[in-house]
Amino acid sequence: MSITTSDAPEVHGAEPAAPEAALSPKRSFRSDLVRTYGPLLGIGVLALLLLVWAPGSLSPFRLGNLGKYCCWALAAVGIGLAWGRGGMLVMGQGVFFGLGGYAMAMHMKLEAAGPGKVPDFMQLYGNGTMPSWWEPFRSGPFTLFAIIALPAVVSFVLGYAILKRRVKGAYFAILTQALAVAFSTLLIATIKQTGGFNGLNTFTKFFGQNLYDPAVKKNIYMIAAGLLIVCLVIVWQLYRSRYGELLVATRDAEERIRFLGYDPANIKLAAFVVAAIMASIGGAMFVPIAGIISPSNVDATASIMLIAGVALGGRASLLGPAVGAIVVGYGQTTLSEQFPTQWIYFQGGLFIVVLLFLPFGITSLLPKLKELASRRRITGESAA
Amino acid sequence: MSGPLVSHDYVEVRDLTVDFDGFKAIQGVDVTFLPGRLHFLIGPNGAGKTTLVDALTGLSRGTGSAEFRRKDLLGMKAHEIVHLGVGRTFQTASVFEKSSVLQNLDIAAGMHRKALGLLLPRRTVPERVEQVLETIGLAALAHRPAGILAHGQKQWLEIGMLLVQDARVMFLDETVAGMSADEREGTGELLRRIAGERTIVVIEHDMDFMRSYADFVTVMHAGKVLAEGTVSEIQAEPRVQEVYLGTVAEVGSNG
Repeated sequence: MSITTSDAPEVHGAEPAAPEAALSPKRSFRSDLVRTYGPLLGIGVLALLLLVWAPGSLSPFRLGNLGKYCCWALAAVGIGLAWGRGGMLVMGQGVFFGLGGYAMAMHMKLEAAGPGKVPDFMQLYGNGTMPSWWEPFRSGPFTLFAIIALPAVVSFVLGYAILKRRVKGAYFAILTQALAVAFSTLLIATIKQTGGFNGLNTFTKFFGQNLYDPAVKKNIYMIAAGLLIVCLVIVWQLYRSRYGELLVATRDAEERIRFLGYDPANIKLAAFVVAAIMASIGGAMFVPIAGIISPSNVDATASIMLIAGVALGGRASLLGPAVGAIVVGYGQTTLSEQFPTQWIYFQGGLFIVVLLFLPFGITSLLPKLKELASRRRITGESAA
Repeated sequence: MSGPLVSHDYVEVRDLTVDFDGFKAIQGVDVTFLPGRLHFLIGPNGAGKTTLVDALTGLSRGTGSAEFRRKDLLGMKAHEIVHLGVGRTFQTASVFEKSSVLQNLDIAAGMHRKALGLLLPRRTVPERVEQVLETIGLAALAHRPAGILAHGQKQWLEIGMLLVQDARVMFLDETVAGMSADEREGTGELLRRIAGERTIVVIEHDMDFMRSYADFVTVMHAGKVLAEGTVSEIQAEPRVQEVYLGTVAEVGSNG
């Protein structure tokens, strides 16, 4: 409360408040422009880096790795929406990452087996018959539809049940985390249908294209990076829309929103569903790039890794979650090359350190730096 | 929502009882809130004033009836009651601290917006929001985050949020508590100006404030209505003086 009441325009009396009342509510046109389109510029820079610089400069191996980070970043963008703006700590996004991932993997597995044939692992672990729910995934269009529809339906049903009961805070986090544990346990237990612990791997084709062709690999990377940019633009539009304002308001004072005639559960549900779809798209693109999807890609640890990236980057910012996820992914690759078993401790430690000392992530440092710079300038001027 | 005054635009509470696991916070309350006057609801702590408002706005369950526009508020959900035109504020001002004053009002005004329209950004300030910014005297602070407002200004913003919704009934819970003398006066004048054809119910502890602005007073005690009438009528009421001991007796001798 930095403003004292004496600064406040008096509420009584009909006299129009002094000239400053007429001037100050209209912010300058330029600052409006920067506020609105500045973030778009950031997305543009990221797009240049991912879509122009990286494919031209990185080795196919590194580019493939960057592709994986982009897939995690896709999930992270959704987490930024649900957690950063919506206040829902979604600790089980691995579930939705897995729904998209497994849908894509089933299609590619069937493509590798050939028309009318059964995936190899079903002959290995089972009696060579395929469950009927695998059959529709032979169709490419159906698979693409499922990658969007499956997480949308599942997150809607789960979200409706959780949010309408007004479950929030730590309870919400634990509940979603438990879902990730249950999902990976279910996958491991159903080896005959889902490949169990090994997951689904050894693919040969991606929608008819040879997966071993370097040009095809590059195109798949471009699709993943392009989808990330598209999702960032969608989220940018959501953040500046009235819905975005409403979501932040719901995060900050849910009861107040209720007494303004809204149902906060619906507002949060929309963000939860969008986040789930983005995670699913990330999972789906992860499969052709990584060549595998297994329970370890979708379990509680994988979900926390996604969260760690978002926390590091800055959960409420537009680019923070995506950049954070890419950085954490890169860190995982480099550090796990040197310390394969200790990486998980680095990751946990990072999560704690960030939340303790930088609760709004690295991007929150930017305004602070700006402030520091301008303060230095002011003191410099006054000294001179 | 701003329709002409219809004959059902008042709240008629009959035999309202709120039971918290056997403890009757309110028992058999009959009260009618009419439009066009500042109706004060007073009573010592624990009298059931806030509980009464909670029951009428969907926060607590009550039995009996509370009719407004031919509907019983008691069976309705909080957000449905708001859509019917009944709004409230809370004892502790609860505005959206991170959002700007303008955003606060715009969100309140958006109750009737279609879901798809929400996907677009706000391009201009809605006329209604602009008017209300002037009415509550916060036009100069429209783009500042609501979190930096002074206590009194937050309460005005809350009243403004009800105004942009064109709430026909407003329950204001201890709005002037903690305000400076100037802010109190400002609030009183604001309430006078907006009362018009609205029904405004003010829960208050401040006897001076009540004396200056109340058109009608309902005194509650121990979950029941003790007395009703104009300020002078309730001040003359011996039972009210008894409940308030020194407080009202002193007010009575002053006034």
